[in-house]
Amino acid sequence: MQTKPSISSSTAPAQTAIEVEVNGEKHALTVEPRLLLAHMLRERLGLTGTHIGCDTSSCGACTVLLEGKSVKSCTVLAVQADGRAVTTIEGIGTSRSLHPMQEAFWAEHGLQCGYCTTGMIMASLDLIARNPDPSDEQIREGLGGNICRCTGYHNIVRAVKAAAKAVKK
Amino acid sequence: MAFTTMVGARIRRREDPRLITGRASYTDDFKTIGTLYASFVRSPYGHAKIRAIDTSGAKDHPGVIAVYVGTDLADAGVKGLPCAHKLPELNVPPHPALAIGEVRYVGEPVAVVIADDPYVARDAAELVEIAYDEQPVVVDPLQALEGKTLVHEAFGTNIAFRLPIAAGDTDAAFKSADVVIKQRFINQRLAPVPIETRAVLAQWNPGEEGLTITTSTQIPHLLRTQLAVALGMPENHIRVIAPEVGGGFGAKLNVYAEEIACGWIAMQLGRPVKFTETRSECFTAMIHGRDQVDDVEVAVKNDGTILGLRLRVVANLGAYFQLLTPVIPTLTLLMAPGCYAIKNISTECIGVFTNTMSTDAYRGAGRPEATYLIERTLDLIARKLNLDPVEVRRRNFIKADSFPHTTAMGLTYDSGNYEATMDQALKAADYPGLRKAQAEARKAGRLLGIGLSTYVEVCGMGPSAAMPAAGWDSATVRVEPTGAVTVLTGISPHGQGEETTFAQIVADELGVPIEQIIIVHGDTDRVQYGVGTFGSRGTAVGGAALKLALDVIREKAMKIAAHQWEASPDDVEYRDGKIMVKGDPSKAMTTAEAGFLAFMGDKLPPGLEPGLDATRRFEPPNFVYPFGTHICVVEIDPQTGSTKIVRYLATDDCGKVINPMIVAGQVHGGLAQGIAQALFEEVVYDEDGQLLTGTLLDYAVPRAEHLLNFELDHTVTPTDVNPLGVKGVGEAGTIGSTPAVVNAVIDALAPFGITHLDMPLKPEKVWTAIQQAGGL
Ligand code: FES
Ligand code: FES
Repeated sequence: MQTKPSISSSTAPAQTAIEVEVNGEKHALTVEPRLLLAHMLRERLGLTGTHIGCDTSSCGACTVLLEGKSVKSCTVLAVQADGRAVTTIEGIGTSRSLHPMQEAFWAEHGLQCGYCTTGMIMASLDLIARNPDPSDEQIREGLGGNICRCTGYHNIVRAVKAAAKAVKK
Repeated sequence: MAFTTMVGARIRRREDPRLITGRASYTDDFKTIGTLYASFVRSPYGHAKIRAIDTSGAKDHPGVIAVYVGTDLADAGVKGLPCAHKLPELNVPPHPALAIGEVRYVGEPVAVVIADDPYVARDAAELVEIAYDEQPVVVDPLQALEGKTLVHEAFGTNIAFRLPIAAGDTDAAFKSADVVIKQRFINQRLAPVPIETRAVLAQWNPGEEGLTITTSTQIPHLLRTQLAVALGMPENHIRVIAPEVGGGFGAKLNVYAEEIACGWIAMQLGRPVKFTETRSECFTAMIHGRDQVDDVEVAVKNDGTILGLRLRVVANLGAYFQLLTPVIPTLTLLMAPGCYAIKNISTECIGVFTNTMSTDAYRGAGRPEATYLIERTLDLIARKLNLDPVEVRRRNFIKADSFPHTTAMGLTYDSGNYEATMDQALKAADYPGLRKAQAEARKAGRLLGIGLSTYVEVCGMGPSAAMPAAGWDSATVRVEPTGAVTVLTGISPHGQGEETTFAQIVADELGVPIEQIIIVHGDTDRVQYGVGTFGSRGTAVGGAALKLALDVIREKAMKIAAHQWEASPDDVEYRDGKIMVKGDPSKAMTTAEAGFLAFMGDKLPPGLEPGLDATRRFEPPNFVYPFGTHICVVEIDPQTGSTKIVRYLATDDCGKVINPMIVAGQVHGGLAQGIAQALFEEVVYDEDGQLLTGTLLDYAVPRAEHLLNFELDHTVTPTDVNPLGVKGVGEAGTIGSTPAVVNAVIDALAPFGITHLDMPLKPEKVWTAIQQAGGL
């Protein structure tokens, strides 16, 4: 029941040339028109900090910033990012120099398994950019598109609050 | 530098920097040259015979490397999925990795397409043509019990097992009762929904004939053993790696068809094979939890004292057995008496097959169901006798001076003080104040409800004798020549933070700076055999093994130090993080220095083996039994029937706390899952066996806006079951919260004479109940 394995792809779907700036770096790629931005980031650029948790754009694990605004990268096509700038979790801080939002998630224990966390952090960045002084209720509402199954959100809300304060300073 | 104690401190998690920067690797993040992608073709029917499978269209599709069906695996000698259990007289259905001849639930894998691109694999999976003959379907466990429609014809029944457990004289208790209350409780089916769906990467290395399976599992070693059996190869040729795992909640405590299939296919093709589950597949083909119909009958005296309990649990097991499917509902029987001294009890658990995905361990696994039925029953007693629910609990509690306490079900609760913890919770909530506020609200026509649950749960899963598989765990501690400490643990955390709690324990015991400690887990080639992480056993069993290994290290380090000082080992002690001669502060040595000497090998006491490492296994003599009181205040909008939680307080007792921040986090997460079961989560199959809740658009998991800030508190009643004095906390929140919320909602509806509604208490259900009771 098996044919001979081959390493090279025998498929040749239509390809489109795009140019995307990701975390400040320009990339020229040819992609299938149906390639999702999330897959482009993960599979083509190796930026695996953007996670995929659903197929209905419900969970927010894949949230990145497109031109500074949060989007679910599983519902954006790579071609739609052509000529635009994308920021992923890898672009905002490293373990040696954390972004205040990352710092706050750490300090407030805003994560457990960490799978939702990168998307949560990206969504929270957009949230505090739009509302620099959010109430608990506004944070809860603002994160309505992101699911965390581990934390019960209690500490995530605290983290976003703390980060908002830290960023304002 | 003063030595500061780490245990008990709120230390930031050491695993976090990689997680919050996107630099951690989950299974789907791995890719090696030549990786192939698997897409499974799954049954669209709840029950059907497979007449024919035509794979030619898929095989001809460009980019497709191979297509396999069930017989390909069976002909090659691949075994089906394992089930671990110790139940006598159990009907065990064959469970091939890919269906052969018949499918029995929607989502059951039938064929698998392997292609060089994941998109192509999914395209080609559509081209596999399968001719099915639809068969009658049964999804409801009570209908299945009748046996008119059979899931497995060969058994002639849908009953997998019957397990009766009884103690005392229940009939006499019922005869002497003032009041008997009967109630059926439905514990609906839930989906675990880890945000990381399952993923498997199987790699075959022909040189060493080794198979490496990287997979999102909670049990790397148990999985390795089972894969060796399924694939018929020596266990030490298989390496299982659980890298970062994005949540498990029991669902990843399993051996899945896709793991066996991908492992075998990687060997066939000599290429890496990857499977990444979609969210919809996760809903159909990852285990589900709960799903019981519990018939309770309780005999009580007029003062609320419980004389006897009758219970029948009908558990919906699904179509096949996963690893622990039949075991889980038996835990419901065992824990049914809860924290109450019930001497006369008569129970039966009936496991039935239906045309649904298997149920198995999901957060709390069997104990949330037990707690729910007994805690609801306590409230029914209170209502019936016009007593305060607090009073009924007080009258029935196992008394603080009677621990260890052996229950009628034969379990021995290690330690507890249920009343004191309840009193602390009542005080924190200002219970009398709440009741006063409620009376006023009622006068104003508002539906305010106060719900209570006082729970005890069983965790720290061991001892081995009481487990379907082993119940011990292991730890290796290696002091490296520079004094850095490497710990290899047999548990396999996936968000519980043991890299931090374990490092805290090591830092204290050995006086080593925490930065120099590393905790390795989740790789069968690096770590000695261990059982894994589930049932709140990580610290209670794995941490206890670590403590034993550390004791060995300390003792040896003290011997080495004593030898340098020509002192007797008895005169040497660990103090302030250093080895010292008692009463002589001038002689001090760090663990690192002792470790260095141990490695140099030439200045050791005669007969002492060089090196400083130890491996210990801990076999717990008993389970541990955390407990607590949860109080929930809700307000119901009579216009819509929607419930708003106004306050939620949890006072838990999980014994000694190593990192309060992590413990609180575990409780928060558990509360979210338990509250969601009470209010909105449910897996729904229609009567044809179609899954109606197959995406995150149809299945309601709690989002931030559905919850509130929790108020936590705790008491500390240590256990002597393990050397750390810890109990588990991973499941307590889930177990305690569901009945607290339902009790609160029913309490809010008391003015309408409503005494019970089944979960989930969605607005429509509550609204309808209010209307039927005459409305406002
Ligand atoms: S993966 Fe994009 S929203 Fe779930
Ligand atoms: S931390 Fe696990 S899903 Fe959020």
